[in-house]
Amino acid sequence: MKERIIYLDHAAATPVLPEVWEAIQPYFRDRFWNPSVVYDLGSEIREKIEEARARVADLIGAEAGEIIFTSCGAEANNLAIKGLALAHSQKGRRILVSAIEHHSVLNSARFLERLGFEMALIPVDEKGRVNPETLQKMLTPDTVLVSVAHASNEIGTIQDIRTLAEIAHANGSFFHTDAVASVGQIPVRVQELGVDLLTLSGISLGAPKGVGALYLRKGLRIMPLIHGGIQERGWRAGTENVPGIIGLGVAARILKERLPRKGPYLRRLRDRLVEGVLSRVPRTYYTGDPERRLPGHASFCFEGIEGEALVFTLAAYGIYGNTGSACASKALKTSPVLRAIGLPEVVAQGSLVLTLEEWNTEEEIERVLEVLPQAVARLRAMSPIWKE
Amino acid sequence: MKFVEKMQADVTVDLVYRMCPMHLLEPEEFLKELEVGQILEILTDYDGALEDIPAWCARKGQEFLGLKEDEGFFRFYIKKVRDTEKHPELKK
Repeated sequence: MKERIIYLDHAAATPVLPEVWEAIQPYFRDRFWNPSVVYDLGSEIREKIEEARARVADLIGAEAGEIIFTSCGAEANNLAIKGLALAHSQKGRRILVSAIEHHSVLNSARFLERLGFEMALIPVDEKGRVNPETLQKMLTPDTVLVSVAHASNEIGTIQDIRTLAEIAHANGSFFHTDAVASVGQIPVRVQELGVDLLTLSGISLGAPKGVGALYLRKGLRIMPLIHGGIQERGWRAGTENVPGIIGLGVAARILKERLPRKGPYLRRLRDRLVEGVLSRVPRTYYTGDPERRLPGHASFCFEGIEGEALVFTLAAYGIYGNTGSACASKALKTSPVLRAIGLPEVVAQGSLVLTLEEWNTEEEIERVLEVLPQAVARLRAMSPIWKE
Repeated sequence: MKFVEKMQADVTVDLVYRMCPMHLLEPEEFLKELEVGQILEILTDYDGALEDIPAWCARKGQEFLGLKEDEGFFRFYIKKVRDTEKHPELKK
């Protein structure tokens, strides 16, 4: 067991906030009741769920009735993409998703191809940005849905969602954004973004795993994917994850309070990390948009090494980061996101993503800056493709 | 079954694609918010509603005005003719 862990993989999972942990405890044992039951115990649980719904809505500037709780961000993305497309197929059968979407968006769209829909990938530039003019050119009269993530969990780039949504709407297309990476990191308001659907997840917000939510603009019709009871007003059947939902509500309340001071702190830490890495490790690429990016997000590609090897080497020092793309990493494939921003394979292989949270400290960053350059140098010395 | 032309409703509740018994639960909540004399329109693609909604109106003492078939769904029209108890959750 390592003496001390420096955890810099918050895009993969965040610890449950202490206040959340405290709040959800009773709902596992003492107050375990099913919210659907008609007796008074059930209504107590229903009230707590509605309180959580109001808090989640408040975090993103929505109305409580516009929030549907799901089991995770992936389910919310599935519900958004498949549910919207299936409900509006008479309007059009073409779906546009950006080339750097999460697999739950990409694969939902690919699934719809099997049902006769057409899917096209919107390319991004070298910073991972969707160019509004490109979107404009790709829209056709039968484009029913456009989905572009608010921010990339792999390269940190924040998209100009408002502009993209306006372009889609002018074409009569609906607009969904996966905001799993951005909610809790930067202010996210559905009215300002102008989106019809938005996905968020508890996993990146200090809530327990196993809970997410979909914002569905009032009056918009979608096809439910999970059929059964009348939970979530018929939008999503299945007994509610009561502790998860209550936890998400508490996390939403806390994050709303903390966001104003969290952002500047994370940005300062991140900038120190990035500046340190780029000045100490030659032939390093800082991926994504250096300006419009998530405050706690640093992503690099180190030429001549493999990201997985670097992640393992850092882990041996108690420093935990990620290659950025769990699926691609496990299948030993080049990340589609890094390919989409035009990085050559030999560079894209050496990916490292470090995602910070407000409990990370300057000392931790200094320690990373001590270890990381040595780790990269050692791997390069062993690399058959590295040339000084 | 009583068929009518599309009516001007005071409130529309869209339940298309949502399953039974949402076609009875959500209208009940909306009806509580309406004034006597106002019209509620229910959109649903559930064909069980053809039987359920008129029967539900009879049971609740509200007037079933009729329905209109639309593309892939039905429009049901109910006129509120008597006051209903507000839903306990809406009272708060």
